[in-house]
Amino acid sequence: MDLTHKLEILADAAKYDASCASSGAAKKDSRGGKGVGSTGGAGICHSYAPDGRCISLLKVLLTNACLYDCHYCINRRSSNVQRARFTPDEVVQLTLDFYKRNFIEGLFLSSGIIRSADYTMELVIEVARKLREEHQFRGYIHLKTIPEASPALIEMAGRYADRISINIELPTQEGLTKLAPEKNLDRTQEAMGHIRGKIEERHTEKRKPNAPKPPPFATGQSTQMLVGADDSTDAVILQRADVLYSDYRLRRVYYSGFSPIPEPSSLLPIKPPPLVREHRLYQADWLLRFYGFRVDEIASADAPNLDLQLDPKLAWALRNRATFPADVNRASREILLRVPGLGVRNVERILSARRYTRLRLADLLLLRVSMKKVLPFIIAADHTPARLGLDSDTLRQRFLPPPLQTELNFDAPPVSGEIDSVRSGEL
Amino acid sequence: MRTVVIQPVFGEWRERARELLALRVPPEEVLWSEDGEDPGLFDILETASPLGDVPKVPAAFLDLARRVAAHRDARRWGVLYRVLWRLTFCGERHLLSLPTDRDVHQLQQWQKTINRDVHKMHAFARFRLVGKDEASNREQFVAWFEPEHRIVRLASSFFEKRFVGMDWSILTPYECAHWDGSKLHFSPGVPRSAAPDEDALDELWRTYFRSIFNPARLKVHAMQTEMPKKYWKNLPEAPLIADLISGSSERVKQMLRTEARPAKPAPKNAYLDYLRELNTPTQSPPEAPSQSA
Ligand code: SF4
Repeated sequence: MDLTHKLEILADAAKYDASCASSGAAKKDSRGGKGVGSTGGAGICHSYAPDGRCISLLKVLLTNACLYDCHYCINRRSSNVQRARFTPDEVVQLTLDFYKRNFIEGLFLSSGIIRSADYTMELVIEVARKLREEHQFRGYIHLKTIPEASPALIEMAGRYADRISINIELPTQEGLTKLAPEKNLDRTQEAMGHIRGKIEERHTEKRKPNAPKPPPFATGQSTQMLVGADDSTDAVILQRADVLYSDYRLRRVYYSGFSPIPEPSSLLPIKPPPLVREHRLYQADWLLRFYGFRVDEIASADAPNLDLQLDPKLAWALRNRATFPADVNRASREILLRVPGLGVRNVERILSARRYTRLRLADLLLLRVSMKKVLPFIIAADHTPARLGLDSDTLRQRFLPPPLQTELNFDAPPVSGEIDSVRSGEL
Repeated sequence: MRTVVIQPVFGEWRERARELLALRVPPEEVLWSEDGEDPGLFDILETASPLGDVPKVPAAFLDLARRVAAHRDARRWGVLYRVLWRLTFCGERHLLSLPTDRDVHQLQQWQKTINRDVHKMHAFARFRLVGKDEASNREQFVAWFEPEHRIVRLASSFFEKRFVGMDWSILTPYECAHWDGSKLHFSPGVPRSAAPDEDALDELWRTYFRSIFNPARLKVHAMQTEMPKKYWKNLPEAPLIADLISGSSERVKQMLRTEARPAKPAPKNAYLDYLRELNTPTQSPPEAPSQSA
């Protein structure tokens, strides 16, 4: 099979992994070496596919042959998809060739599991080793690891990679047992705990005065959870994410709305969830990480699913009207962060500006705050919302999106234009 | 009122601004101009009073000014000088912490535009292999990019750090940057025809672009906000976009029509047996199968 054909199959097989981040790596560059590559800072999207996803890394599988039978996955052993396998050298060459043309930030390598977890991990690690040691490649490397691989191999992966990840796939063991019978939640979390330990160990070593620089280790781990493949509610999904952030210090949890695949499995829903559900989960995730919200404030036992019509912060504000209005010239950072329409950056700007001036609506307009969203919830030097407005039940109506068709397929309820902003983190 | 004619680069403005500050010339009395014969500022200045001290300005302002200077808006020199004046002689040392100030806001908007332009150059400049230097055995690459603003110098250090191990040039209509493995240098702009159109790897890159796209999640608007059409003409993958979009709904329908496949029984495999045992807790943990399994 020629290289083009392999690339076709093995990129196609990798596209269901949502992560393409190339940020958060330690600062390094190719000065003083013979090769190419640099990392550090925000990471760059070198292209965008018409699915709106950033193309930052060469994201491929080493092979799409797999012993496992995860029913949401096109590579599972029950699928009749055509199989292919790169040699480590082919991936190394592709990575270097693409990198030198400034197509990519680096490599995201994953693999179907062949023979055993350790055997597969060794092949994956070999690619990273060659890039780093034989070609002095200093670009970004993200390696997918297998929880059942031996700890020594996971450590070796971490030495070459900037980021390592293990996909948790589904938030509960019941879901896994049904849809990914070979996978196990406890083992996955155990491996994540091990990786967390290694990341922190290196961090402490690095800070010791006068100690030699410790060998490199990945600066973060991330994971992906599938949405809509099993019947887990948003509350269950967000609780799992919360555990992963707080107990395992993950950098990112990616939510991937289950999308139809060629070679569908008889165990899976025919209809994928609306794309907007995934979007709402990302917004909720941002509220947990940057806005000081707790999971039970966003999705509780009584209302376990996010409102698809409204963003979760606005939905929370409408449920907690007594908290408002908040005075932009006085309220604490914590409260300002909860005002619908104020993002993290604008809250910082407001806090900075109000040390010297009393903010008026025109000032907020200058900061591009959405007036429609904030007006009912804030007091400014020249504005007090009508009490009646905040109490009235028509407030929700006011924020519902207009009934227009969008390009989202599959009966998704319409969403407003904000859908693009979520990855940048402004709500 | 005096007219100050400058070359549109940061260093020029900085010199002129220092002189004006030293003479305590308030911003209302200066007209900045990028066109026309430079009458020589010093000729005008020499007739004025002797130079006074130039007060210190916050480092953050110099960073901001360096970036804003790359913008093409002719008003930038005046706004920069006004903010400088306010920072130094109007007792507004905190001015940069006031994002709602109209001048500061304007500078920050310009800075944002510049940062975006630089970022897009880092993202979308595409190197093409043109040869190999016989003596040094280094590969040589050339890229073409059309920045909106005068950002080549701002954007180049990134490429310098990243692509040490190859020789490269980035050509643009107004200025070009070159790296030979030891130092960065700049030369005047060139026309598009000076840069190569293709690279042998373009086709493989298109294969990747086509294959990584998921037709079940079409979001054309999201793609275009991040990768506006004006960049497409220099991106080898862009010609595929229209067909990928128009073919996507048929591909999804096809997937939904496909008959679902039943699960296949597990093949005989020592590792799978091992996993199965792990997943059904027993008294003693099973042994991992040997590598040769
Ligand atoms: S382990 Fe599961 S998710 Fe991973 S490639 Fe195999 S079948 Fe797909």
